[in-house]
Amino acid sequence: MKEQIRSAILLFIILSLLTGIFYPSFITGVAYIFFPHQSNGSMLYQNNKFLGSALIGQEFTDPKYFWGRISGTSPVTYNGSSSSGSNLGPSNPVLIDKVKERIRTLKEFDPGNTNPIPIDLVTSSASGLDPHISIAGAYYQIPRVARMRGLTEETVKAIVNKYTSHRIFGLIGEPVVNVLELNLELDSIKIK
Amino acid sequence: MSINIIIQITIFLSILLLTVKPLGIYMARIYEGKPAGLNVLLAPVERWIYRLTRVNPMQGMSWKTYAVAVMLFNVLGIISVYILQRFQYFLPLNPMSMPKVAPDLAFNTAMSFATNTNWQSYGGETTLSYFTQMLGLTVQNFVSAATGIAVLIAVIRGFIQKQIDTIGNFWVDLVRSVLYILLPLSVILSLVLVSQGVVQTFTPSAKAELLQSIRDTDGKTVTEQVIALGPVASQIAIKELGTNGGGFFNVNSSHPFENPTPLSNLLELLAILLISAGLCYTFGYMVRDRRQGWAILTAMLIIFIPCLLICVHSEQKGNPAFNDLNIDQNVSAFQPGGNMEGKEARFGIVNSALWATAATAASNGSVNSMHDSYMPLGGLIPMWLIQLGEVIFGGVGSGLYGMFAFVIVAVFISGLMIGRTPEYLGKKIEIYEMKMSALILFIPHMCVLIGTAVAVVLPEAKAAVLNPGPHSLSEILYAFSSAGNNNGSAFAGLSSNNFFYNIALGLAMFFSRYWLIIPMLAIAGSLSKKKIIPVSQGTIPTHTPLFIVFLVMIVLIVGALTFFPVLALGPIVEHLMLRGV
Repeated sequence: MKEQIRSAILLFIILSLLTGIFYPSFITGVAYIFFPHQSNGSMLYQNNKFLGSALIGQEFTDPKYFWGRISGTSPVTYNGSSSSGSNLGPSNPVLIDKVKERIRTLKEFDPGNTNPIPIDLVTSSASGLDPHISIAGAYYQIPRVARMRGLTEETVKAIVNKYTSHRIFGLIGEPVVNVLELNLELDSIKIK
Repeated sequence: MSINIIIQITIFLSILLLTVKPLGIYMARIYEGKPAGLNVLLAPVERWIYRLTRVNPMQGMSWKTYAVAVMLFNVLGIISVYILQRFQYFLPLNPMSMPKVAPDLAFNTAMSFATNTNWQSYGGETTLSYFTQMLGLTVQNFVSAATGIAVLIAVIRGFIQKQIDTIGNFWVDLVRSVLYILLPLSVILSLVLVSQGVVQTFTPSAKAELLQSIRDTDGKTVTEQVIALGPVASQIAIKELGTNGGGFFNVNSSHPFENPTPLSNLLELLAILLISAGLCYTFGYMVRDRRQGWAILTAMLIIFIPCLLICVHSEQKGNPAFNDLNIDQNVSAFQPGGNMEGKEARFGIVNSALWATAATAASNGSVNSMHDSYMPLGGLIPMWLIQLGEVIFGGVGSGLYGMFAFVIVAVFISGLMIGRTPEYLGKKIEIYEMKMSALILFIPHMCVLIGTAVAVVLPEAKAAVLNPGPHSLSEILYAFSSAGNNNGSAFAGLSSNNFFYNIALGLAMFFSRYWLIIPMLAIAGSLSKKKIIPVSQGTIPTHTPLFIVFLVMIVLIVGALTFFPVLALGPIVEHLMLRGV
């Protein structure tokens, strides 16, 4: 028994050092050398301004921007330091109210648009930080954004297509549009 | 169901099945001490570890000594994780100055990670320092997985050995699992994940300037976004491979920094089932009858695939409550459609439902979508897969040894039917093995049903639910199912970070892990002492389609009979209400 206790303690220490210190440090080192951009958060900079991560969504409520998914984080939406979903069940009346509220806001700024609204635009993401919307979700918003910015719908659509990522080999995953990168590009057009 | 959905499922299952044989052989050779590539390279490290820790690798252990070693090692793990959380404020690598964790939450987290459950009562990025994540959680991810595999290998030895009192050396099985299997796979996977955008850094959270300023719930203007970072990739790799499931972040693998792309998703998804599936082959290889391994793997797939299809179908159909709101829930080339509440756009329906099914069939419990927001039947599938006892793939090692308990019950019943002494792989199955198997089947059921029953009569436990109606019962039932079967996923609307749930779920995790390991090792010890009876005309073959179907029926009937009444009051009623029946 005594020798088992000794072995248990010694092995616990060795394996802790191996898997808890050596392994993560090794990966951090290799990641830093080979993938410095990705390992540090795929951050976006413009004119030395740090604008966020290409992988972490931001809240947009201004009609001149494309809007992302509903975020369930608190105390502020798209809280990058406290991820959370809405966790609302399918039969919860609060869910229906939230969906209706989003529909109202979408219609308020785009009353002429009678197309059915893509589901991802009116529902919350799992992480509360979803950087993407579906292509349908982006196309639905093109008339509003184009009008607000005085651009043609074709111009806006071309930018949407530029920030669309497709399935691997056209098969795996879902095609999506990166909302933050899309909006950054739209803003840079305005400057010109 | 669209063609693309079928294609994605087929690709996933095909890749998984292609890995079963090579990985299975590799693992078998490692435990048999034969050359297998990496062990030639790493053998000096292994020998050095034994010298340093004064382990004699040649010394066999009786099942009781083996069990004592398992318990000693695991108790150390529990204590270590508890202490790290309580003192993290004074320890290094705490750039965000996380305070000490409350005692009940620290207890829950320690139980959770030592038992390979990885229930998250805490929110990773808001509670734990990098140091705690690494030296506490990442270490437990490795050693709890290694413990499961070690116990399985000991049980397999029980089937192989003839009249021998020992079942192997726990320290050797533990070290080999970590050194040759978990660590190399984790290194490869974490580096590929980093290439996809999973973060891996020791720097503190970053502050970005928002493109558009917004208001918080108090109406204050917010112009910055604080982005939590950390040594994430190294933990995510082992969390999937070791069927642990505890994420670095609160929302687990739905967080873009844990799972940013379709490729990272596919690889993590494969990692969830990889080792558990491969171990079926390892088993067949080690007992020198590979058909036995394939038979069990087939039984698992027979349950897994229909569950997967039901879950995908239910989510793809969407929410009928939205029908009158002019919302487009149909799948097309431009959108996944379906019930997107609580799902990420890049995963859509199929990759969310695939993950939910795989991570609950295996006792992984990581999530890439929020199960609480699934349609009632879509959420019933993950919950029921957990309740089946985590034997459909199950945890690494624990899934297969859990399945052995069902196999023992199956051969016992079929033996009774034809009036023969039941035997499995030439070993007589007698009263002792049956008693132990019954314990292994019943203890998780007890934890789940008693825990749920207590929670629904305690006002403070009931108050923790988020959603009203039958869904609230589902939230509580899911929590105890998850803890009582060492899964770790949640209907996360339940505010489980309070004294009752932290303690109750912590205890459920403890009992359903170690009170299964000990009887399982007892079976191993008992079988190891027996003779191997040569195959005769009266032997029931255990690799035939007939036996596979019989085994599937036993698993389903036990699971269905135990849980149908309570499932009827939760998700099934909710389904009928939503459909307006």
